[in-house]
Amino acid sequence: MGERVGLEVSIAAAEAVKMANVDVIAAYPITPQTHIVEHLAEVVADGELDAEFIPVESEHSAMSVCCGSSAVGARTFTCTSSQGLALMNEIVFITASMRLPVVMVLANRSLSGPLSIWNDHSDVMSIRDCGWIQVFVENGQEVFDHIMFAFRVAESQKVSLPLIVNVDGFILTHVIEPVEFWDAETVKNYLPPFKPVNRLHPDNPVTMGAFGMPGIYTETRKAQDSALIEAKPEILKAWQEMADLTGRHYKPVESYHAEGAETLFLTMGSIGETVSVAVDELRAEGKSVGQLSLRLWRPFPFEEFRQAAAGAKRIIVLDRAVSMGGQGGPVATEIRSVLYKEKNMPVVTNFLCGLAGRDVTVEDYKAMFEKASKMSKRRVREEDYILYGVRE
Amino acid sequence: MAVQAKKAPIEPKHPLDDLIRTDRMPHIWCPGCGIGTVFSSCLHAMLASGIDLDKTVMVSGIGCSGRGAGYAKVDSFHTTHGRAIPFATGMKVANPDLHMIVFSGDGDLFAIGGNHFIHAARRNIDMTVICINNLNYGMTGGQVAATTPSLARTTTTPLGNPDSPFNLPLLAYASGATYVARWTMLHTREVTDSIQTCLTRKGFSFVEVLAPCPVNYGRRNKERPLDTLKMYQDKTIIKNGANPAELGVDFKKRVVLGTFVDVERPTFTETYDKLYHKE
Ligand SMILES: Cc1ncc(C[n+]2csc(CCOP(=O)(O)OP(=O)(O)O)c2C)c(N)n1
Ligand code: SF4
Ligand SMILES: [Mg+2]
Repeated sequence: MGERVGLEVSIAAAEAVKMANVDVIAAYPITPQTHIVEHLAEVVADGELDAEFIPVESEHSAMSVCCGSSAVGARTFTCTSSQGLALMNEIVFITASMRLPVVMVLANRSLSGPLSIWNDHSDVMSIRDCGWIQVFVENGQEVFDHIMFAFRVAESQKVSLPLIVNVDGFILTHVIEPVEFWDAETVKNYLPPFKPVNRLHPDNPVTMGAFGMPGIYTETRKAQDSALIEAKPEILKAWQEMADLTGRHYKPVESYHAEGAETLFLTMGSIGETVSVAVDELRAEGKSVGQLSLRLWRPFPFEEFRQAAAGAKRIIVLDRAVSMGGQGGPVATEIRSVLYKEKNMPVVTNFLCGLAGRDVTVEDYKAMFEKASKMSKRRVREEDYILYGVRE
Repeated sequence: MAVQAKKAPIEPKHPLDDLIRTDRMPHIWCPGCGIGTVFSSCLHAMLASGIDLDKTVMVSGIGCSGRGAGYAKVDSFHTTHGRAIPFATGMKVANPDLHMIVFSGDGDLFAIGGNHFIHAARRNIDMTVICINNLNYGMTGGQVAATTPSLARTTTTPLGNPDSPFNLPLLAYASGATYVARWTMLHTREVTDSIQTCLTRKGFSFVEVLAPCPVNYGRRNKERPLDTLKMYQDKTIIKNGANPAELGVDFKKRVVLGTFVDVERPTFTETYDKLYHKE
C-alpha cells in the first residue's frame, strides 16, 4: 500500500483520477466541485498526468465531450454538482444508453431554487433513473478507493456502463482527512488498461445514437436495464478484489449493529458517520438500534437490502431530498416498495433532513429515534414522513 | 429647565439607496473588484434616463456580476447560470412595456449562455445587455472563460490559455445588435451615458465593460489592482465607429473603446405584432 497522508478530499479524489491514468477530462467549474478539476488541470500541466484537459463552456458540453472521447476509446472522467448535473441531464442519458464507461464524481449539492451551494442529494435523485451505476461514500478514504473502483467496474468487459461516485459537497469535498493512497503496483493489479467494448473504429464502423423505431425501442430499453442489473456480480467482485488488495471491505449495504436491532437507521453518504455515533449513544442507553448504509444505489441491491433489514421492526429512512407531491423522500418511497412483500414488513418512518447543508447533529438523530418510537406501528401510512426541523 | 429632546443621529443616505436593497449589504464583491462601479453606473443611468422604474426589470445569471439582480431594488430575476437573456426575452415578449436590463458576467453571457446572446441579438429583442468582462469566471475561483486572453493564466490553464478569446463587440455586431459599445469601469461617465442611451432607445443594445477581478485574474497574471486601472487609462483609446473586426482585447497593444454600432431596425415585438397581431 501507498502512503497515508492528510489532505483535502477533493485533492485526494483528483490524485486518484491521476493514478487511474485517465486520457480525457472535460469539465465546467461549479462549487463545490472546483478543487477536483483545478487540481487535475494542474497535474496535467505539470506533466504528472498525460491526459487532455478540456475546460469546456458548459456542463452540457462537458458530458458531450465525455461521450465523444469515450466513444473513441479514451478513459474519461468528469466532475460536477447540482445545476451542472441538471444541465448535463440530456447527455447523461445518452452516456448510459450508448454504454460508454465515463466516470463522474458528483459533489452533491442542492438544486435551485432558492439558489444554494450547500449539500444535499436533490441533484443525484433527479437522475435516479438515468442508467448509470451509482454509489455513495462516507469519507475521504472511500472517495479515493471508489474512484479506482469506478473505472474498474465501468470499463469491465461485462459491464461497460458509466458510473457516478456521489461525494457530499463541502462536508466531504472541502475537509482534510487522512487518506491511504494506493501504490502504483496495486493500481496496476486492480485496474487493467481500458479495452472499450463499444467504440468507433474504422475496422468495424458503427453508428452510435441512431434512430430506434417503436419496433426496437422497448428491446433496447430491456437490454440496457438488464446490463445495469447484471453489473452487480462485477461490482461485488471489484469490491472483493479491493478487499484482497487493500484490506478494506465494502458492501452494497453496510451495516452497523444491525443484527437483532429492532430499529434501523438507513443512511446514504457522509451522514452515515454521524448516525453511527448516535447509534452508539442510543445503544449505551439500552435502546435496540442499529444502522444500514446504502452504498450501492443503482443497480439497487434488493437481496442484500432485504437480508440486512430482516428482523427489524422499524426502519428510519433518512432522505436528503424531497420528492415533491409524493410520499416523502425518494429513498423511503423506494424502500417501502422493496420491502412490501416481506412477511414481517418493518414500519418505514421517513425523516427528510439536512437539506441544503442544514446541520443535523447526533442529538437530532437521537431525537428522530425518540419521535419514531412513539409513532404508529402500522405498516404504511402516507403521513409517515417528516421534514425534520422545519419551521412552520 | 426644559429637558432637551435628544436629536436622532442623522443617518447618512447614499444617493442610490432608493435603488439598492440595503438589507442585502454588505455586498459580496472583493476590495478592488470592478463590478460595484459598473453596478452603480447602471443605477445612475436608470435614474437619469427617466424611464419608469416600476416598469423596469433587472435580470442576471449566476456569478459575482450576476449578483446585480439581487441588489437592485426593482423587480428582478436572479436566474440560473447562462439564462438571463432568455428569461428576459420571456418577460419582454409577454409584456412589451417593460424595460429589460440584463446585468451579468462574461462567463454567464458568452460561455454557458453564449447561444442565447447571439439569438436575442439576431431577433433584435428590445433589451439592454451589460456584460462585466473580467476575463474569467470570478465567482468559482478564476477559471478560463471564453473571454480570457490567449496565454493568460487561470486555474484551469496553469500554463497559459491555448484558446483565443471572443471579440465581444464583433460578435454582437455580427449577430445583429443595434447598439454596441465598450468601456472600462474606469470610464464611469461613459459607461453611465452609454447605459442611459441604451435604456431610452429601442432594440438589442450591448455594453461591454472591462473590469478587474484582482483576486482571481489579476493575481495569477501578475497584475496588481492599481496596475490594471493604470492600464485601463494608458492603454485604451476611444474610437467611436471603429471597425468591429479590430476590437480584440490585447493590452500589450491598444484596446479600443467607444460606441461602435448605433443603428435602427425593427424590433422583434414590432415585426411580430405586424405579422401576427395585424396592428
Ligand atoms: C449550470 C451551472 N454551472 C456552473 C455553475 C457555477 N458557476 C457559478 S458562477 C460561474 C462563473 C461566473 O463567471 P462570470 O459569468 O464571468 O461572472 P463573474 O463571477 O466573473 O462576475 C460558474 C461557472 C453554475 N452556477 N451553474
Ligand atoms: S472574485 Fe473577482 S469578480 Fe468576484 S467579487 Fe472578487 S474581485 Fe470581483
Ligand atoms: Mg467573469
